Amino acid sequence: MNRYPLWKYIVIAVALIVGVLYTLPNFFPEVPAVQVSTTKGKAETSLLGMVEDALKAGNIPFRGAALDSTGVKVRFADTDTQLKARDVIQAKLGDSYIVALNLLSSSPDWLASVGALPMYLGLDLRGGVHFLLQVDMKAALDKAGDRYSTDIRSLMRSEKIQYGGIARDGANVVMRFKDGAERLKARNVIEKTYPDLALRDGDGAGGDLLLIAGLKPEAQKRIQESAVQQNIQILRNRVNELGVKEPIIQQQGAERVVVQLPGVQDTAHAKDIVGRTATLEIRMVNDEPGALEAAIGGSVPFGSDLFVERGGQKILVKRQVVLTGDRINGAQPGFDQRNNEPAVHVDLDGAGARIFKEVTRDNVGKRMAIVLVEKGKAEVITAPVIREEIGGGRVQISGRMSTREANDVALLMRAGALAAPMEIIEERTVGPSLGQDNIDKGVNSVKYGFVVLAIFMCAYYMLMGLISTIALSFNLLLLVALLSMLQATLTLPGIAAIALALGMAIDSNVLINERIREELRWGATPHAALQAGYERAWGTILDSNVTTLIAGVALLIFGTGPIKGFAVVHCLGIMTSMFSAVFVSRGIVALIYGSRKKLDKISIGQVWRPDAATLPKV
Amino acid sequence: MEFFRIRRDIPFMRYALTFNVISLVTFLLAVFFLATRGLNLGVDFRGGTVIEVTYGHAVDFGRVRAALDKLNLGEYSAQSFGRSDTALIRLPLKEGVSSAQLSERVLGVLRADDPSATQQRVEFVGPQVGRELYENGALALLLVSFGIVAYLALRFEWRFAVAAIVANLHDVVIILGFFALFQWEFSLPVLAAVLAVLGYSVNESVVIADRIRENFRKMRKATVTHVIDSAITSTISRTIITHGLTLMMVLSILFFGGETLHYFALALTIGICFGIYSSVLVMAPLVMWLGVSREDLVKPEKKAGIGGEKILP
Repeated sequence: MNRYPLWKYIVIAVALIVGVLYTLPNFFPEVPAVQVSTTKGKAETSLLGMVEDALKAGNIPFRGAALDSTGVKVRFADTDTQLKARDVIQAKLGDSYIVALNLLSSSPDWLASVGALPMYLGLDLRGGVHFLLQVDMKAALDKAGDRYSTDIRSLMRSEKIQYGGIARDGANVVMRFKDGAERLKARNVIEKTYPDLALRDGDGAGGDLLLIAGLKPEAQKRIQESAVQQNIQILRNRVNELGVKEPIIQQQGAERVVVQLPGVQDTAHAKDIVGRTATLEIRMVNDEPGALEAAIGGSVPFGSDLFVERGGQKILVKRQVVLTGDRINGAQPGFDQRNNEPAVHVDLDGAGARIFKEVTRDNVGKRMAIVLVEKGKAEVITAPVIREEIGGGRVQISGRMSTREANDVALLMRAGALAAPMEIIEERTVGPSLGQDNIDKGVNSVKYGFVVLAIFMCAYYMLMGLISTIALSFNLLLLVALLSMLQATLTLPGIAAIALALGMAIDSNVLINERIREELRWGATPHAALQAGYERAWGTILDSNVTTLIAGVALLIFGTGPIKGFAVVHCLGIMTSMFSAVFVSRGIVALIYGSRKKLDKISIGQVWRPDAATLPKV
Repeated sequence: MEFFRIRRDIPFMRYALTFNVISLVTFLLAVFFLATRGLNLGVDFRGGTVIEVTYGHAVDFGRVRAALDKLNLGEYSAQSFGRSDTALIRLPLKEGVSSAQLSERVLGVLRADDPSATQQRVEFVGPQVGRELYENGALALLLVSFGIVAYLALRFEWRFAVAAIVANLHDVVIILGFFALFQWEFSLPVLAAVLAVLGYSVNESVVIADRIRENFRKMRKATVTHVIDSAITSTISRTIITHGLTLMMVLSILFFGGETLHYFALALTIGICFGIYSSVLVMAPLVMWLGVSREDLVKPEKKAGIGGEKILP
């Protein structure tokens, strides 16, 4: 009686080992580290060597460097070394690499290699910034409408169609005509050239005939989707600059973007980066002989700016802007068909194409600069020579570029400016000291609550209480292990949920113990009482946990942010508690009492028996 | 140790009416306070900005307010938060000013006034997000109620489901009533606590319902009242011990969890206290009045295993 089959013990042992293994990383403190990543795409293996060399040259001791998808991470013994190392690495590698200070777990590598990582702390625990941004979809559509109205205007001109006027009305383009035949002609041409537009006729004031062009719903959807995608890409590029450890930039719903920057200390700077606008400009290079030398010497000619080109050379650029980035419809990296060199293919919109045609016609043989202006700082991405007049709006930028640079330039041209304005509609910023404070408070409430529970259980139920306490510790271990394993975000309400989960989990053990006492009271033998106690309590435990789980799941579905953190722990806690309170505690009971053939007494505290005479009549 | 030495079944059902009247009065009071005072919705639901600022010394609110008055912020509030060196500033939504600008301007004037001012936390919730959170909260409450009713109806019987949800939803209203009466801030964590309480105190109803069903099987000749009395009596020690222990845990959060979890823990405390009362002493009479009978619960075909007749004299 009350024996437990071997396989159940094996299950418990496996759970224990896995639990300990995955809980372990949480006990290693975080150590100062430096994270090196490149501004251009993925980090290469050579970077690791470069960083190590730089540190060795600077005679700075470090505790191991590792390369992963985000870059190179190096750990240090203390913050002083960390700061020194950052300066040394930054000086050695230059500006094209981002060297950021960081905190990394000091847990040994073999733990990380089996996927055992510390719990993923939410922003309220480690400090950081959370933004919810709303993309202005109306503005994205208006912008598209703007582009179409210029495009249609130049189309009309080139097709020599007589029209009275073109105006944009929201995302629609409204054209006025005097003559029905002209309108029909315009309609046919537009339909053929711009399949994304839906056209309808209308009557305007003063007997004018109207042709109204609006975006088809699927085109609208596409524009909106690409606006959000493009904005996410831009945000990603910008956030990379901050060197944040694990930034989260995700789409939420149709028109929202979540940005989470854990551990960011300078929140004002973060806000600035996320909210800033970058512009792309095309300007002519000032190639007058001697002008560049004079400018470097200190006297920049009037009407020109001295900029730095990618790669470091100085370049003198005229102040007059030929084209701005919003005339660019798209940019793809590719190859020059003539000599197979890497190149960037840029698509300009109608007006842009016209301007570009005029400028290139007048400036064959001269250089034009593509300038990215960000935070008031301008950088010349590339400055190619104009070889011939370029019409049709398809521009190829080539010359002295590697494939990688071509990719970068295309990305910058695409992602230089936001596709549509964004507005911060939710912000949660937590300072780092407050985060640590929150962790301490949360841990304390779990700790003290647990101690009170343990003392009461042991005092009231004796050995059975001790077994319950062990089961409860097992529950805590499993819960922490599960949270670490799933890398679910732990928030302060999440820690409260751990405390609450323990407080609720003890219910199962109280139910069992009370039931056993009751059975003993009615005169059952100890073995029978244990058996009945566990078996009868199980149905009740299941029912009551299911109802609690319903509440947890509802929170999981509807909750956001900290509440989701609460819900995750709540749900997981219910499941681990069912396992540990019933399965594990019974295993221990079987281990202690199961092998005894003759069991006189269970150590479950005093079982009070009423006198036989006053027993309730049944 | 054995705290509960109960010689015979306590005739709880004799006082069924009293229990329900107490409950009804509390409920009506809660509704009254909700109607007259309303909930003090936090920034999560109402939208607006909250800024937590610490100083190197105790906060001089006169100076803080004097500095903030310069900004023309509308109806703001500045209060101490947990510790004497911490100020919590709440700002209403203001059109045309983004949160980023607002919090920076506020911190700017505070720093100018006292350089030891450090920003600890900023929370800004736009009006549309606030509305969504509110709607989602209401939906979650609805989903939980529906889920619990469906599960209990399936597992027990519709009378139990109805009685349990009535008993427990009225707990929710009472918690909200407390928040309205004392004008405690109702935030997202509090909502989470309310929903957790709903799930949790249904536990209690489930335990009682389980016992009632079992007693109907065992006590063949007893009256319905007697069956219910006996069920409550035999579970009362477990009820008090288990809730007492959960309450210990919650009080631990209340005392050690800091200001952020204060109202969360408070909601749980109230919820647990009223939850025990209502899910035992309100739910059971309701089941009785709804006319539960042995035939409703004891199916002719006996399932083996859980709760067959045994050992009893």
